[in-house]
Amino acid sequence: MGLGGTGGTTYYSAYSIVGMLLLLGVAFVTVSFAANSLLAPARPTPEKLLTYECGVDPVGEGWAHTHVRYYVYAFLYVIFAVDAVYLFPWATVFAAPGFGVTTLVEMFVFIGFLAVGILYAYKKGVLTWL
Amino acid sequence: MASTAHWWLEVALRLVVILGFFLVVPLLVGQMEHKAMAHMQGRLGPMRAGGFHGWAQLIADGVKFAQKESVVPADADRLVFQLAPAVALLPYLVALVVVPIGPGTQVGVALDLGLFFVLAVMGVGVLGTLMGGWASANKYSLLGGIRTAAQLMAYELPMLLSAASVGMAAGTLSLGAIVDKWQWWWLPWQLIGAFVFFVSGLAELQRPPFDMPVADSEIIFGAYTEYTGLRFAFFLLAEYAGIVLLCLLTSVLFLGGWHGPFSAHLGWLWTVLKTLALAFVVIWLRVSYPRLREDQLQRFAWTALIPLALAQLAITGVVRVL
Repeated sequence: MGLGGTGGTTYYSAYSIVGMLLLLGVAFVTVSFAANSLLAPARPTPEKLLTYECGVDPVGEGWAHTHVRYYVYAFLYVIFAVDAVYLFPWATVFAAPGFGVTTLVEMFVFIGFLAVGILYAYKKGVLTWL
Repeated sequence: MASTAHWWLEVALRLVVILGFFLVVPLLVGQMEHKAMAHMQGRLGPMRAGGFHGWAQLIADGVKFAQKESVVPADADRLVFQLAPAVALLPYLVALVVVPIGPGTQVGVALDLGLFFVLAVMGVGVLGTLMGGWASANKYSLLGGIRTAAQLMAYELPMLLSAASVGMAAGTLSLGAIVDKWQWWWLPWQLIGAFVFFVSGLAELQRPPFDMPVADSEIIFGAYTEYTGLRFAFFLLAEYAGIVLLCLLTSVLFLGGWHGPFSAHLGWLWTVLKTLALAFVVIWLRVSYPRLREDQLQRFAWTALIPLALAQLAITGVVRVL
């Protein structure tokens, strides 16, 4: 009997198996941490709980302000990732009978847009960090 | 009624096998890494634990980790800090459920959206590193977390595009159906996609040459600096489980998975062999290449990997339709 499609496993029960595996994983992690807390010593000292900074006392706080230079990449990434998600449903049907060359031309239009986008970002110097 | 009991029994068996696979195969890869690196660098590696060539070293490590004190720094964001290792680890377990090991029913559960599901779930794993990097309240951890986030921008897109190319070639997103339809000539056809997928996978796993987020010689161990004991061990296990999953996926998507001589009976063996061979390549790369800088990876991804992945999409589309 195969799980998924045949032999009494439906759409929802297939995903419920995924859910059960997740629960099994959570149980594994919980049991491991419980066993760890039974086996391991717990003798906290102020020095031990200090933030590590190469053996000297930490200077300032750990959540320091930093200039995130790659934020332009983040914009690019979000735009392109949303585009890429549309590829998946299309990928399953584009060669189906009745589509053929039309979808192929559409694909080149789509890829063309992405490529022009990257080329534009490249010309604008966005793709060079620092 | 009997068939319901049968169904539950089968599901339980499958889940236990998957959990066993998840806990054992990463250790095999770890042991292979010890030994392969030792031989490539002309040294012995661990030889003592267990007697024969140090085979029990990783088990000894595990026992040691389980007995060590779990330290949560006083300044850390306690709950997020403690949850992070589980968030890093569990996605790799859940993703395994849809990867077919052999023909027919040798898969945890055959989802129609398998490929999409795997990519989505794998993407969650990196959250654990980001959580750990932020919650540690440590400058090195924060730098590591920021580097991880930067890396995310670089690898995710080429990975999605090259995986979509396989979906186009097979006309389905079910991993089992993709392997079913695989022919030997897909190897040259999807070669560029395979390269892009594997390289972006390495960047996702923060493996050398893309290990800037952990870079032990620069920022201690990045997001894992403050972790001790079992929580640190879970991050390590997540890394090796990630290697196993990446190699499994690469062999299933691009190398034909269980296809090989006698695949009707020995299919699973072919999948495992291909996976271990790829895991060896992952280790080999660690020994061979120096670490890149974050901006070099970024440039490599946007000016090489993404254009290559788009070219692969075009090639796949043209060959499939014409």
